[in-house]
Amino acid sequence: MTWLTWRQFRTQFSAVLAVLAAFALLLLVTRPGLNELYASSGLTTCGDSCGSAADSFLTRVGGGMIGNFYYLGIGGMFALPALLGVFWGAPLVARELETGTHRLVWNQSVTRARWLVVKLLLGGVASMVAAGLITLAVSWWAAPIDTVGMDRMLPHLFANRGLVPVGYAALAFAVGVTAGLLIRRTVPAMAVTLLVVAVVQIAMPFLVRPYLIAPVHQVRAIDTERLEMFGMNAAGEVWLLGKMEEPGAWIISNRTLTPAGEPFAATNPEVCNRENGPRPCLEWIGTLDLRQEVYYQPANRYWPLQLIETTLLFVVAVGLGAFCLWWIRRRLA
Amino acid sequence: MTAAIETARLTKRYGRRPALTDCDLSIPRGRVVGLVGPNGAGKSTLLQLACGLLAPTSGTIEVLGARPASGPEQLAKVGFVAQDTPTYARLTVAEHLRLGARLNPGWDAALAARRIEHLGLDPAQPAGKLSGGQRAQLALTLAVAKHPELLILDEPVASLDPLARREFLQNLMEFVADSEASVVLSSHLVADLERICDYLVVLTAARVQLVGEVDELLATHHRLTGDRVDPATLPAGQRPIQASHTERQSTLVVRSTAPVDDPRWTVGRLDLEDLVLAYLTEAATVGRTPVLEAQR
Repeated sequence: MTWLTWRQFRTQFSAVLAVLAAFALLLLVTRPGLNELYASSGLTTCGDSCGSAADSFLTRVGGGMIGNFYYLGIGGMFALPALLGVFWGAPLVARELETGTHRLVWNQSVTRARWLVVKLLLGGVASMVAAGLITLAVSWWAAPIDTVGMDRMLPHLFANRGLVPVGYAALAFAVGVTAGLLIRRTVPAMAVTLLVVAVVQIAMPFLVRPYLIAPVHQVRAIDTERLEMFGMNAAGEVWLLGKMEEPGAWIISNRTLTPAGEPFAATNPEVCNRENGPRPCLEWIGTLDLRQEVYYQPANRYWPLQLIETTLLFVVAVGLGAFCLWWIRRRLA
Repeated sequence: MTAAIETARLTKRYGRRPALTDCDLSIPRGRVVGLVGPNGAGKSTLLQLACGLLAPTSGTIEVLGARPASGPEQLAKVGFVAQDTPTYARLTVAEHLRLGARLNPGWDAALAARRIEHLGLDPAQPAGKLSGGQRAQLALTLAVAKHPELLILDEPVASLDPLARREFLQNLMEFVADSEASVVLSSHLVADLERICDYLVVLTAARVQLVGEVDELLATHHRLTGDRVDPATLPAGQRPIQASHTERQSTLVVRSTAPVDDPRWTVGRLDLEDLVLAYLTEAATVGRTPVLEAQR
């Protein structure tokens, strides 16, 4: 059974592997340029006062070719689960049902449950190993940027580093197999897999991840000297956000509230207008006793969150696998 | 000894459309069973129920004394050649044999190799490049080399040209002669089955119309020709199966265990094709049956 599974899988396996290998090679070739940039920004010699060197490094990364590779790495990592689900997961059973070969293979002396278990295990493990290796490569490449940028908690990086990509790979593969089993046609199953994986990737940071651990909730007085953002318009409308001094934290929500706890919305054209400039307006705001309400996940929750999200994805993937087994034995008849 | 196939009120519906209704069958072992009926009569459904590719909506089916596809042992006992003889297009002939060897504990590698050589198939050729006849032969090889106790073939020759059809049936007969396995094969053409089958099941409109030994069926059915009569007036022992009338003459097919020696009739024998056609025509005139494809 293992031989047959591998024989049928090896073409797709090689194709995806070739793409990943090319990607890894690209990372390998471009990494020295990143090292040079890091050294020439003064980050190796700045000791305790690296603020300006870090800013200069990130600016130069963002403005050059290295920045493009960095974003390519992020895009590639987001595309990876879908790639695995679409090309490894979806055809696994759908192609058999489509070409009728299930009627051949299900009449050998192997139960179809065992047939599917071997396929699920081989494909699932291959997906997770592939995702793990490419995550290691991308993380290694981007380590200088990630360390300086301190943004690995944020949605654009969280699902691309650490353990979570392995969970997404398992889930995407399982989604692909399930779609193929239910739809029974390869191409529509691929399309549905792509859609479902994308929806999960989008929904996760908005609907699920913030609440995997109850976020830290803080309400404190706003310091008008330290604002994240302040704005006013010709009509005298004012809006502002307090600064959040938590390096590396993921801020889920940051609102400005009145002392009564209502969202702050005020209009004062007398004081807040262009002629006066911002200063009188800020002084007026200082008298309002405004609060800043934040929900956030602090930086030290990175690994707990990674573990929980990976476990969650893995449990759903295994659940889908179990559903496939039940379906193939009971319903596909 | 348990029957090869035993069903009780076996029913399969696709949605609300019945494919097989209240089928009661007991097919003994050691026979070569022909399953005949027009397209859409439920032949394929019955055979797929027998190998466990389908599960019954209601009723029961037992194959060699056990539920179809209930485990590896049961799967090993039943060989199945599916309709259109599917094979893996990208796997070579040799890889198909390897598949058979890997997935079947009772695999007879020598038999498989001998058959492939005898057929003149190139082991290195992908199955997708084989002709329809060669593909069917490859599928048959896979099914027989696992040494099944029951070999089921679902319209194996339907899509083959006459030459390939004859070769395939020839091969099948060789297998039957060499083994003690029971064989069930379906076709909508009686001519395919006539030379090879000793047991017959006729299926129309999701129902079993006729079951029995071919010899016995031929001995108990008679064609009567004579002056026009109403079939309802026949004596009790003679059951009319089919009647056709001209203005003055009637031609009847009747079933009767006793010989018909009524002087009003010219009594003739039927061959298998006439017999099956009589049942199918009868079913067709009753209504619901799709028109029989009498000859291709």
